[in-house]
Amino acid sequence: MKKITYAKAIKEGISEEMRRDSTVFMIGEDIGVYRGTFGVSDGMLEEFSKERIIDTPVSETAFMGVAIGSAMTGLRPVVELMFSDFMAVCYDQIINQAAKMHFAFKEKVPMVIRTASGAGTGASFQHSQSLEQMYAHVPGLKVVMPATPYDAKGLIKSAIKDDNPVVFLESKALYNDEDYIPDDEYSIPLGVADVKREGKDVSIITYGRMVKTALESAKRLEKEGVDVEIIDLRTLVPLDTNAIISTAKKTGRVLIVHEAVKFAGFGGEILSTIIESDAFNFLKTNVRRLGLGYHAIPFNKNLEEEVFPTVEKIEFEIKDMLKQKSQD
Amino acid sequence: MIKSYEKDFLISLLERMMLVRKFEEKLQALFLDGKLHGTTHLGIGEEASSVGATFALKTQDYLFATHRGHGQVIAKGTDVKKIMAEMFGKRTGVSSGLGGSMHLVDVQKGVLGTNGIVGANLPLACGTALSIKMKGEKDKVATVFFGDGASNEGVIHESMNIASIWNLPVIFILVNNGYSVSKKLFEVTKNTDLANRATMYGFSGYDVDGNNVLEVYETVKKAREDVLAGKGPVLIVANTYRISGHSKSDNNFYRDEGEIAKEKVKDPITAFIGLLKGENLVFDDEIAFLENKVNSLIDEAVDFAIKAPEPTIDDVIKRVYAE
Repeated sequence: MKKITYAKAIKEGISEEMRRDSTVFMIGEDIGVYRGTFGVSDGMLEEFSKERIIDTPVSETAFMGVAIGSAMTGLRPVVELMFSDFMAVCYDQIINQAAKMHFAFKEKVPMVIRTASGAGTGASFQHSQSLEQMYAHVPGLKVVMPATPYDAKGLIKSAIKDDNPVVFLESKALYNDEDYIPDDEYSIPLGVADVKREGKDVSIITYGRMVKTALESAKRLEKEGVDVEIIDLRTLVPLDTNAIISTAKKTGRVLIVHEAVKFAGFGGEILSTIIESDAFNFLKTNVRRLGLGYHAIPFNKNLEEEVFPTVEKIEFEIKDMLKQKSQD
Repeated sequence: MIKSYEKDFLISLLERMMLVRKFEEKLQALFLDGKLHGTTHLGIGEEASSVGATFALKTQDYLFATHRGHGQVIAKGTDVKKIMAEMFGKRTGVSSGLGGSMHLVDVQKGVLGTNGIVGANLPLACGTALSIKMKGEKDKVATVFFGDGASNEGVIHESMNIASIWNLPVIFILVNNGYSVSKKLFEVTKNTDLANRATMYGFSGYDVDGNNVLEVYETVKKAREDVLAGKGPVLIVANTYRISGHSKSDNNFYRDEGEIAKEKVKDPITAFIGLLKGENLVFDDEIAFLENKVNSLIDEAVDFAIKAPEPTIDDVIKRVYAE
């Protein structure tokens, strides 16, 4: 075992795949000498040369398209899109081109779009959004959102080996988080959720940065005798519906937490997965959701924290859900 | 000049242009008869740019066509039966009946698709060019067609800039057909010298008579040699005229019959026949023979398409992801 940051874990995963497969390369803005805005590609230019760590002009549409074209002809690009908000700049290439290529061609389009998602760094509303539901809504894309260094490394390796376009959303507030990972190579399949904490009273279904917040809430609630189960989806597409259904059946109380805007957010899909299944009959209370309100993300430090689901908000919801039970 | 070409080559250029024309005329008739579903974008009048360009390419070269791309794809050698079946939405079509007119593909012939989003094919072509470069493939280039309308999309600038700084083996073929749907070039851009745009990216741009199949052929052939010699990308502007309307919905409100009639005089197929006849390289009976041959190919294609099976919902579901 070794201690490693989320950023380094991603770098290690990509580097291992690049050593194993000469068709894998990285492309994006300032990933070479600059080492990437979040330092993920630190040292990669030295190891792999500028032929495989390709710096681009500030032309998101063009380099996204270039990556797709290269993936259509036998290469495996790993694109770094500096901020996930910038997908709006190159939406056509992702939605109308990458996502539709297999449908049009019956040919593989193996590519990964890595991008920094979410808030927590004071980057304000054009650099902090969680837009995963916009990708998840487009058939043809896979959507991955790792919450820990261990998952980030294992999932990036599977994303690179996948023969489809995979959107890999890295929580920018987690880049410096540390965790122990095995010394040996490993990978984590896409579409498999992870039980981050076993519990019997209430389930929190979450992903990305909110996994950490949920774990802290669970620690506090434990002291008050509440046993929380935490399901980290890890991948939104394909979605591990079994994991969602079984935890709902197990505890009968579900709180869905994500960083994205709650209204029309991915939480609605999680909720539907539960109530459209036989897990509905196991519910002891209404399923609840926590997410960002229907507004842009404010810059102010206190507000930036306050608008998202916090440890306190999660605690409050869970206690309230348990109260509802005693009233029944 | 023309005598320096083999007669067979000249006839094959003529035959392919006639095939493209007849194919599109047939589509028009089928639409009017209510036999085809959806919409289509015909490029009647643009045959010399499609055929001249693709005849200068090799099968292994990648081609990205436009939404007005039947001609470009047929010119590259895709079987008209399979394209017609796609027009009918049939399972034996080039995109299994799931794509239609704007999504024609033929990987074996290097055709990486017509595309419904104007200009979106340029970065894709640059990506295949990067692929050629990274894999060190010799004797292979990427080509991409786009129109005067697309030339005002931001992605055109980004793609040409990237192609230039990375010295990519790509040929940009701008078919200036006079109209961006209803707008004349001068109404949508101040400087109408489109070939000159290449100079600001630091590569060569050429203006050619897009109604002259041999001029297009020679220019693309030279461009291919230059690109392979590592001289960087090339832009070719083929100036022509779209005789047909923009799409099925076009009522020609933006131009009068007189203008169309004047442009028809410069029809690339009639012009080429005139040139060949003037040099005694082709005679009326040969033209009649070619017409019959092309007509029967189209009739066979329609017959094949009508009899072909329909795709199923299972085909749709299986096509979303690669296994």
